Amino acid sequence: MRYFELFNLPAIYNVDLKQLNQRYLELQRAVHPDKYAGKSEREKLLAVQKTSEINDALAVLKHPVKRAEYMLSERGVDIRAEQQTLQDPAFLMQQMELREALEDIQHSSDPESEIDAFEAQIKLLDQQYSAKLAHQLADEDTSVLEVAADNVRKLKFIYKLREELSRIEDNLLD
Amino acid sequence: MAYSDKVIDHVENPRNVGTLDKNDPNVATGMVGAPACGDVMKLQIKVSDEGVIEDAKFKTYGCGSAIASSSLVTEWVKGKTLDQAAEIKNTDITAELELPPVKIHCSILAEDAIQAAIADYKSKQTK
Repeated sequence: MRYFELFNLPAIYNVDLKQLNQRYLELQRAVHPDKYAGKSEREKLLAVQKTSEINDALAVLKHPVKRAEYMLSERGVDIRAEQQTLQDPAFLMQQMELREALEDIQHSSDPESEIDAFEAQIKLLDQQYSAKLAHQLADEDTSVLEVAADNVRKLKFIYKLREELSRIEDNLLD
Repeated sequence: MAYSDKVIDHVENPRNVGTLDKNDPNVATGMVGAPACGDVMKLQIKVSDEGVIEDAKFKTYGCGSAIASSSLVTEWVKGKTLDQAAEIKNTDITAELELPPVKIHCSILAEDAIQAAIADYKSKQTK
């Protein structure tokens, strides 16, 4: 997979973020405009293109959901622009309850401790789905990819919870 | 992005927010979610023995368009038979609420919620 190759990293879901950042800095230095001061226009243009490719690749690989979507699309399952709905009653019921709990935090007498507890809960869910995803994306069997895609969809809801939680946190701090 | 007056009206005065007793054999629930934006929608219908939707309630966590779409469909399904309700298309919702293309998925969510509720009712009846 091109993005992983760019950073000379193995194409696995549990990417080493420290290494990724390090390689990114190395690559950025190598294509820095200063190095191309005396070079031809064509070389300068190529360096600019390379820079934007590196930035795109970093943005995708850094983000767990985008990374998973990228890995899926490279294997022929592109869910990035889909408008399909998710219909898993048990999962959605849990999401509904979590959203209700989030709503209650705003009216709580001790919001800070509830925010901490909620954060821990989201973290646990994130870990659960990420661990499953790492396995599924490592599977050679392409029939597993649909299951993995479903997991990515669920992970998106978990990230949405995280977003909502930080929005509530910001509001409380104001 | 500007919401249409109809969307704003539904958001400010949502119709039929709430829940119905899920243990009632005549009550069915449709749960759907949109991964793209993380919206979650619950639509409940209460169906008479004659197969007519007597009551509908919704609860939606999402943007204004998602709330308006679900609020609108609770109004629309009331008094309809299951077959009539099943005919509601997302394009009817986008037209009524004047949703922009980026919000079409909200109307899809509402259409799928009706379908899911009807499917849940049918599976409840055969049990």
